[in-house]
Amino acid sequence: MQKTLFDKIWDQHVIVSKDDKDLLYIDLHLIHEVTSPQAFEGLRLKNRKLRRPDRTFATMDHNTPTVLEHRDFIEDPLSAEQLKSLADNCAEFGVTLFDMESEYNGIVHMIGPELGLSLPGKTIVCGDSHTATHGALGAIAFGIGTSEVEDVFATQCMWQTKPKNMGVKITGVLPDNVFAKDIILKLIAENGVSFGTGYAIEYYGDTIENLSVEERLSLCNMSIEGGAKFGLVKPDQKTLDYIADRKYTPKGEEFENFKESIKDLVTDDESLFDKIIKLDVTDLKPQVSYGTNPAMTVDIDQPFPEIKSVEDQTAYDYMDLKPGMKAEEIPIEFVFIGSCTNGRINDLRIAAEVMRDKKIAENISCVVVPGSMQVLQKAKEEGLLEIFEQAGCETRMPGCSYCLAMNEDRVTAGSHCASTSNRNFEGRQGERSRTHLMSPYLAAKTAIEGRISLE
Amino acid sequence: MNKLNIVQSKATVIFKDNIDTDILIPKNYLKSTKRTGFADALFAPWRYDEAGDPIPEFPLNQPENQNHKILIAGENFGCGSSREHAAWALQDFGIEVVIAGSYSPIFYMNYLNNLKLPLKLGRMEREALIEEDSMITVNLTEQTVTAGTLKFDFEIESVYREKLLKGQDGIEEILEYLDLIEKHEREYAK
Ligand code: SF4
Repeated sequence: MQKTLFDKIWDQHVIVSKDDKDLLYIDLHLIHEVTSPQAFEGLRLKNRKLRRPDRTFATMDHNTPTVLEHRDFIEDPLSAEQLKSLADNCAEFGVTLFDMESEYNGIVHMIGPELGLSLPGKTIVCGDSHTATHGALGAIAFGIGTSEVEDVFATQCMWQTKPKNMGVKITGVLPDNVFAKDIILKLIAENGVSFGTGYAIEYYGDTIENLSVEERLSLCNMSIEGGAKFGLVKPDQKTLDYIADRKYTPKGEEFENFKESIKDLVTDDESLFDKIIKLDVTDLKPQVSYGTNPAMTVDIDQPFPEIKSVEDQTAYDYMDLKPGMKAEEIPIEFVFIGSCTNGRINDLRIAAEVMRDKKIAENISCVVVPGSMQVLQKAKEEGLLEIFEQAGCETRMPGCSYCLAMNEDRVTAGSHCASTSNRNFEGRQGERSRTHLMSPYLAAKTAIEGRISLE
Repeated sequence: MNKLNIVQSKATVIFKDNIDTDILIPKNYLKSTKRTGFADALFAPWRYDEAGDPIPEFPLNQPENQNHKILIAGENFGCGSSREHAAWALQDFGIEVVIAGSYSPIFYMNYLNNLKLPLKLGRMEREALIEEDSMITVNLTEQTVTAGTLKFDFEIESVYREKLLKGQDGIEEILEYLDLIEKHEREYAK
């Protein structure tokens, strides 16, 4: 029977079906310090074991200080307690933890792919809404809540209602200096913040085939900003090259067998999608968000739209901007390059290339936070950190950092921040912070020019 | 676990679309390792001023809105992060039923998993309830919402309805299939 890529993987993992939900087997469970403590507590209260510690991996990312010296003593006692309780819980239940000392530490959605834990054909969950990131490798990966984390701890399974299938077909050659980040922002700007609700999105088309695996990760990462819990791309030769020789990827003959096992992972026919959305990127411009949800996004040279709802009015008031203004008029003071959307080595390469032998503008502070220790290491070896520092940026230790400002990294109240992260909600980067989402290329340009500009 | 069937209360109204989880409970309240104690955090960015004092006009702060078990909101409720703290904060505040046009899928499951009801009603129906402004009765068995002379039917997946009615612990429900899980592990997931 013909099936979509999503349905093929899903069906292979169904243990049993009951009415409209399926009991899914979970191959990989990634956890971090914020959404796991209550689930561990639940196990303890009921005297339950963690069923498959060998399929569970933990990292510290949301609360970790990015200033090295601050790691010895974390000032916020609550952050410190969450990190400590993760370490204690992992020790008690036998879970591998990549703590701040580990060379493999990083944002949870960075380390899964990077370590060869997230692989094509797998089911992957994490108590974090950006888990769809891992779907870029051809996997079913989705964010879950803490009750579900506890279900997976205890049983390695969870109930899920199978979503419908949406095909998002991207065609055309991306213009220079336009990236996966611009594609996903454009999709959300055109179709709204809930176009994907109830669907698993498969991104396909010639543009997707030409994207690097890292770009596909950035694309799938923001599926949730379009309302979809799942986003995926079919695995191909690039995927195989990407996963080969990573720490946990099967080796030698096992890898050959693995390759064999996934060779059928494609959507057999476009007509199998319940819905198809198309985007031609031939003339796509760099995207910038001006409001307080990711759909409030415009082309870089397009004036901000009129006010059509209370929500628009609230957003303009919050951002202190007006309809008709353009991105170049936003008084940017801060630039953040990092997060699980754009904290990969390729993102840093692009940003560094823009900044090479230049200085950031006087009105700007710019912080570069690599997504993981491995990215940090590579950026150091390639001399990227040096370029950033010479340009006047600060480079930091990995973590979520300014993406959600849960550790000590905050954008000053009222400041406008050009950010490569994924959410521009009120207060996301610190109380009364004002976020403008964009690609690493444009963020780096903005740091140099002192305003959002391609000139 | 508490079963849920009939909920009777007036409703607090925050009739906005895209109420995200950063608004329902901002990250500075997420650093607990417990499941309770979040009632004061609910809607904090809209509920308190910069000094941390309650803003009198905000619905949750109005005296007549205390002890309401029902919240009426707009579309795409609970979008954003997966934090179950959003569901816990609503629960702690005493909100047992949210009536919105649609939900983010992760919030929807989180609220259900705490045996609370994310109820979907169309815009016109919600506007009528707001206009009516009287005691609302949500009846899960009959799948109806009534208030004064208004009566609306609502849809919910039958399995989730059953889960709420029975007050079932998810893990026990899964462990009924332990032998099938073990079989799958032997065959596919060694
Ligand atoms: S980088 Fe941002 S979006 Fe990604 S996991 Fe961390 S907080 Fe969430």
